Amino acid sequence: MKFISSILLIALLSLVAGLYLRFWALVPAAFVVSLLIPQPPGRSFLSGFLGVFLLWGCMALYMDAANNYILGTRMSQMIFKVPSSLLMVGLTALIGGLVSGMSALTASFIHQPAKSKE
Amino acid sequence: MRIWPFITSALVTGSLVAALSTSIDSKPAFGPLLDPQEGFWQNADPANMSYSLDLHFLELSAPTKVYVDQRLVPHIFAENEKDAYFAQGYIHARFRLWQMDIQTDLADGRLTEIVGRYSGNHDLLELRDRYYRRLGMGYAAEQALKGMEADSATKAEVDAYTEGVNAYISSLTVATMPLEYKLLNYAPEPWTNLKCALLLKMMSYDLAGEENDFQNTNARNLFSAADFQLLYPSMPDSLDPIVPQGTQMFTKQDTPGVRVKIPTGMDTDYFMTKSGMLTRCLAMVPLGTGANWTAFAYDVPHTGAAQRGPWEKDPQSVDPDPDNGSNNWAVSGAKTKSGVPILCNDPHLGLNLPSLWFEVQIHTPTVNVYGASLPGAPGVIIGFNDSAAFGVTNSMRDVRDYFEITFKDQTKKEYLFNGQWLPTAFRVEDIKVKGEPDFMDTVAYTVFGPVMYEPSYPDPLKSGKYYACKWSAHEVSNELLCFNKLDHAANYDQYLDAIKSLQTPGQNVVFASASGDIAIWAQGAFPAKWYRQGDFVMEGKDSAYDWQGTIPQNENPHLWNPVRGYVSSANQFPIDPKTYPYYLSGNFLTYRAMEINRRLDKMENITPQDMMGLQTDNYDLFAEMARPLFIKYIDTTSMEPGETHLYDLVRDWDLYNSPGEKAPAVFHAWWDSLFVGVYGDELRQTALPITKPSDQTLVEALLKDSSYKFVDDIRTPAQESLRQIATQAWKKIYPVMLQLENNNSLTWSDYKDTHIDHLLKIPAFSDQHLQTGGGAYSINATKADHGPSWRMVVELTTPVHAFGIYPGGQDGNPGSPYFDNTVQDWAKGRYDTLWLMTPDQVNDARIQWKINFTKP
Repeated sequence: MKFISSILLIALLSLVAGLYLRFWALVPAAFVVSLLIPQPPGRSFLSGFLGVFLLWGCMALYMDAANNYILGTRMSQMIFKVPSSLLMVGLTALIGGLVSGMSALTASFIHQPAKSKE
Repeated sequence: MRIWPFITSALVTGSLVAALSTSIDSKPAFGPLLDPQEGFWQNADPANMSYSLDLHFLELSAPTKVYVDQRLVPHIFAENEKDAYFAQGYIHARFRLWQMDIQTDLADGRLTEIVGRYSGNHDLLELRDRYYRRLGMGYAAEQALKGMEADSATKAEVDAYTEGVNAYISSLTVATMPLEYKLLNYAPEPWTNLKCALLLKMMSYDLAGEENDFQNTNARNLFSAADFQLLYPSMPDSLDPIVPQGTQMFTKQDTPGVRVKIPTGMDTDYFMTKSGMLTRCLAMVPLGTGANWTAFAYDVPHTGAAQRGPWEKDPQSVDPDPDNGSNNWAVSGAKTKSGVPILCNDPHLGLNLPSLWFEVQIHTPTVNVYGASLPGAPGVIIGFNDSAAFGVTNSMRDVRDYFEITFKDQTKKEYLFNGQWLPTAFRVEDIKVKGEPDFMDTVAYTVFGPVMYEPSYPDPLKSGKYYACKWSAHEVSNELLCFNKLDHAANYDQYLDAIKSLQTPGQNVVFASASGDIAIWAQGAFPAKWYRQGDFVMEGKDSAYDWQGTIPQNENPHLWNPVRGYVSSANQFPIDPKTYPYYLSGNFLTYRAMEINRRLDKMENITPQDMMGLQTDNYDLFAEMARPLFIKYIDTTSMEPGETHLYDLVRDWDLYNSPGEKAPAVFHAWWDSLFVGVYGDELRQTALPITKPSDQTLVEALLKDSSYKFVDDIRTPAQESLRQIATQAWKKIYPVMLQLENNNSLTWSDYKDTHIDHLLKIPAFSDQHLQTGGGAYSINATKADHGPSWRMVVELTTPVHAFGIYPGGQDGNPGSPYFDNTVQDWAKGRYDTLWLMTPDQVNDARIQWKINFTKP
């Protein structure tokens, strides 16, 4: 439950922060959520990663489709020398996920190490 | 808290963010670029996007409505012109801001500020920024601004336009910034009237840069007078000037407005070749009684494409394309089916994305004009209104000369002029190079103009001398007023009044009115020159070699309602040089003009469709002239089967440069090879740049005389015949051609490979390998990256029937469906219907969107 709500909250907060802040808005968003909802480091990273991977990936997918893949294809051709807008969607999601995941991971280390061994 | 994992993880996160926010090696910062909320995805315009807007600006005096049709052409309806130009500025910026910005920054010598010093192994500081600065582009723009702001009409026009551009710029956010700013990590600065002037100077640079002074000087020093005359003959055999031969333009005048005097004592230096003196003057035709014309003769230093030799343009240089030509013509009602004139124009320029042109209609109670505008300048440049149409081709005249300056000492504070030491003015050019300290370039200004070349910035011949550049584009002028008045012009008198403001670049301005007039003027402020003045670099220690005046406007060659029923131009001589009192120097082309005139002579009952057919015609008149040499001189006795097959292709070719034909590729490759075979040995005697003889010179020389002196290869003891050289040229190219045929890439369109590149040369944003015919000598002058940048056909019926297309799209955003949507249609020779919308058509189905400008 914590995992799912972390993912959703990180996505939501990243979206809102992104309205006011630049690209690094992901960092405080994931950090705060990870701080408020303590999880083990691995899970924290994964919720940060997935939250923004999904958010950025879905946004990019939507914009790409609405654009008939024109710009995604051109950008992919420019960067990867392959005309596939899906590659750009993937790269977008991956980069966003990585930054957010790392930020969530960082925050998770603020918590005491999990004492209870279930 | 787990302190070490925390610190490690925080450091990794921080570094990741830092790395993603940094631009390395001019590559964009990937974090912001990929962020869907601010990066490139924001420029991915939805296919069903609405372009409608409600905008509120204090600058407006009345509500202005812009109706945007399904081709994304804005039809601006305003209560007054000031509001209309404000809206035009806003809309240009909305669709083309980055392009406007980069073009003016380039002109201003600020490219390295944006992209850094090196691009590959090109040093942009030396090749671009210092070049434009030392040429005085910024100075020229400041001069133009004076002219523009001195006139109340153009001042109001450009002020309103600039306000409109800035209204758009201030509405931009990080997310809505044009894509290229995101890729290059910078942001637009406010627009200014000076930037409009810079854009116009960039056009002057491109169109009024016809000179080969250093290259000619090199040739003069390398060859004897007789050889020079053979290589660069005074006048071609075939000549089809704008003012037809035999027309007496000066019948009412006995003397020219400027009496040009050849400086005394120049024979020994200026005309001295390696051996012997060049002819000072050639036979002239006396004009009227009592005339005392200065003698003159003519030079056609045309260059084309061939293998790189000292006569070839350095691919790194920014020299304008020597074929910056164009076609325009107007036929009178007597020759058209509808009985009203038809006007056609297609300016041949470098083809880029975003396109140089932007279609627009401007409608107010005082003006109603439609046509191609230049993003970065108000008004319409080539277009029509409900009463008249106008268009331009380049004059090709030489209006840029170099004078050697003698400084008193190394400080360059004083220079010798007419026996006195005059103080130098200095202009310090502060070039802000991205990632490096500023580069300060101090340019000395003399009576002639900026000292462009000096030891620290050597001239093309690397002489280490000081040369000032005198260029008509440095003069105060107001070209904007010309186009403003043309936009308003309804009749011949208004057209004539309009073009008087056009000084530089000189243009052949064609005109037709619904009332039945057709006209063309070879218009510009051209220096009145003596024979060969400015063909070579000149002595500048006194005024002897200086320009002696400007040809009076009414002495510019022109035609008005000629009996033959049409006027035309395609960059040829404006008038038979033997009947003109001033030296016509420049880079004139003949064959396209001859073909246009030959066709127009025969055409009757002309429709706009006929004219579209003519504009896109691929017939090659040059090949018609030159193929007999191919057939006569190539030795066919011992040919392989594949070789014979290629030879037969050319022999049986219909002389059309059609995209799917193989013969044009084979023929043109042979010609280029022959050219090198004939001239390469002589021209390679120098490693420094040298003027390329023209194709016309070679074909005319060989047709007249197969033992033309340069046919012999001077590197061999034997005396080669034309048959040997022509056959050698063939043996060199046919294996290459066979190889291409085996790879299925011998068709003319593959061989020519027309492409339209994004201004940043990003292949992914460019349209490559277009299927097009034509070529340098076809009316459809489509070359590899150069060609008809805007085709327009206007029939002056009521309402006007007009057709046009440019390769590109209205939206400069590579993420827009309108970025390059017209390229394929353009390549196929199709046209769109140009719609001069009337106020009662606001509910027309073609209107897709509305942009409302109102006061807040």
